This record gives sequence, C-alpha cells and structure tokens, in this order.
Amino acid sequence: MTRKRRRLMMLGLCALGIGTATALTLTAFQDNLVFFRSPSDIAREAPRDGRAFRLGGLVEAGSLTRETAADGRPAARFRVTDGPHTITVTYAGVLPDLFREGQGVVALGRLTPDGGFRASEVLARHDETYMPPEVADALRRSGHWNPSQGAAPPAATWNTAPRSTRAGG
Amino acid sequence: MPWLWAAALLVLGIGLAWALLFSPPDWQQGETVRIMYVHVPMAWLAMGGYAGLAIASVLSLVWRHPLADLAARELSPVGAAITALCLATGSLWGKPMWGTWWVWDARLTSVLVLFFLWLGHAALVRAFEEPERGARAGAILALIGVVNLPIIKFSVDWWNTLHQPASVARLGSPGLHVDMLYPLLTCASGFALLFAALVLARVRSAVMERRIRGLELASARRHEQGRFSEGAITS
Repeated sequence: MTRKRRRLMMLGLCALGIGTATALTLTAFQDNLVFFRSPSDIAREAPRDGRAFRLGGLVEAGSLTRETAADGRPAARFRVTDGPHTITVTYAGVLPDLFREGQGVVALGRLTPDGGFRASEVLARHDETYMPPEVADALRRSGHWNPSQGAAPPAATWNTAPRSTRAGG
Repeated sequence: MPWLWAAALLVLGIGLAWALLFSPPDWQQGETVRIMYVHVPMAWLAMGGYAGLAIASVLSLVWRHPLADLAARELSPVGAAITALCLATGSLWGKPMWGTWWVWDARLTSVLVLFFLWLGHAALVRAFEEPERGARAGAILALIGVVNLPIIKFSVDWWNTLHQPASVARLGSPGLHVDMLYPLLTCASGFALLFAALVLARVRSAVMERRIRGLELASARRHEQGRFSEGAITS
C-alpha cells in the first residue's frame, strides 16, 4: 500500500468515527435539540409544575381575541393547535407583525393550573412559502386557500401562476 | 481574471436589480422579503464554500498539494465574512418577522458554529511558525467541521426550529413563486461568481507573494555568497 493510499484510508476511518460519534450524540440529545413542543407532546408528557417551556403550533382559526390588560397594555387570548390537541394561550404584550390566525407561533411560558398556557413571549413562525400578494388573493378568491385555516396548498398548484390581477377567479 | 470579475458584476447587477426593484413583494412579509435575496445566497455559499474547504483539506492531507494549502488559507477569511453576512441579514429579517433578533434553535446555532469553524480555521493556519504545520492543523480542523454541514442542512427537518424549512432545495416544487425564484437564482449565481473571483484573486496574490519571497531569498543568498567569496579573495 502506498503512503497516499494509507493516508486516504486513515482519513476515511476518522470520518467514519467522527460521523458515528456525532450521530450518536445528536440522537442522545434529541429531546434537548427541539426548539418547541407541540400541544400533543404536552398532552403525552406534561412538563413538571411551573417549568417554563416553548409551545409551538398553529393559531387556531377564529380563536384570537385581542384585549387590553388592566395596565393598558395590549393582551391576547388564542388557541394553539397541532391538529389532535389544542392549548389556550394568554399573553400580555405586543404580538409580532406576522402573527395571525393560521400562522405558526412559538410561545415561551408556563402551564397554568387550569390547563392553559401563560406566555411571556410570542414569536411568529414563517413557513417555506413565498407568494406575491396577487397570487395569494387569487387563491383566496377562488376558495383554494383560507390562510386562517393553515398552510398554503401544494406549491406546484400556484408557483407558476400568472401575477396579473385577472388571474384566478 | 478580468472576465470572471466582469461576469460576476454583470450577473450580480442583473440579479440585484431584478430582486430589489422588479420582483413582487410577499403577501405577508411585504418588502422585507427582499432580504432573502442576499441572505439565502450567503447561506448557500457559506456551506458550498465550506465543502470546497473540505476538498482542499483532503487534497492537502492525502496528496500534500501545496496549492490546496494556499487555497484553504485564502478561502477561510472570505468564508467567515460570508457566514457573518448570512447571520446578520437573517437577524435583520428575524426582528420584524419573528419578533426576535436571535434564538438558539438548531438551525441558527449550527450556522453560528459554521462561522466559528471558518474563523478558527483562518486563525489556526496562521498561528504556526512553519506554514506547513499550520496547513496540516487547519485541514484537520476543517475536516472535523464537515459533520456540521448535514446538521445545518437537515436541522430544520430533524428537529422543530423557529427557522423555516427549505423552499428551493427540497423534494417537490419550490415553495417560491417563479417571480421570486428566478431573481433569487440569478442573485445566487452572481454572488457565487463574485465569491470565486475574490478567492481566486487572493490565491493568485498569495502565489505571487510566495514567488517573490523565494526570489528575494535566492538573491539574498547569492549576495551573501558573493560577499563570502570576495572576502575569501581579499584575505
């Protein structure tokens, strides 16, 4: 075996070792690497009393009520859902621009004794769709998509749609 | 390579004008979507450039090619700058859209690790008296860091993150409307050409620097020898 061959073999073996070690580490820390937990995760295994965690899911259609807190700050109450399970969230503070019904959100806070969730911070999640306003309007008008119900229809159905205002219908 | 610079500036000029002036806004992000036309190419280049660094490191460790050492050395400062731009533009987008400049989710954290890998490589190869030992250490660091590339790419699929999943490099149709996809791809090509031109210019000047140092060393040696033989004659 030439020296080059041997060095290449060594490199391959090292790569295999490092790759395996990384894969095992990532699998072991799987639970700590998630940024948020879904309502179903919480239903399966509720966090210990008073523990702060991040709750993620979609803002359920028709669930959002905006209020004004006693101290004059804006407040909101909405339900976060992932389909099978839903949790009611209360939050006092300013919501991000992207926040709306049907949007993904991540809220940091704690469970309350009545099974609700009191958030101290609410972040909006953006999904992987990028759509011009005319196309979104056309999809809405034609009844193919109601943004407050959740994600947009499959990209192939709209990503080459013409952008003129006459489109859709 | 003047033609490479010309091609880079032409494609980037068309791409940026298309993206910033003639492409539509997003239905919910509004004009903020235009940050994507810089952010996404920077992210692709940061990872593609790192793959290039890994290839140069294999060439350096296995075949001991001196040009591979030089390429790796000149690649990492540009790679660090590009990754910094990716993080900065992402942060500028995150504040108005997500409501935060930064979160420690798997995608953002793994890209921050990539930035430190670039910086660490740039510092390590320059930290040794003998350039060859620096190149060897840098190549080993670069190859260990390769495990981070699949982690960055699949972080948004393996774990839930605040960062959105891939829109372009995914199975199925792109999640972008074509009127945004084509300017994005043009910008990405322009930035890639600019990246190549920058790195090539750095490698060329490094090669010339090395050649000049060699010539200076040779002439100093000749000078020294001349003086020595002169001295031998006069004494």
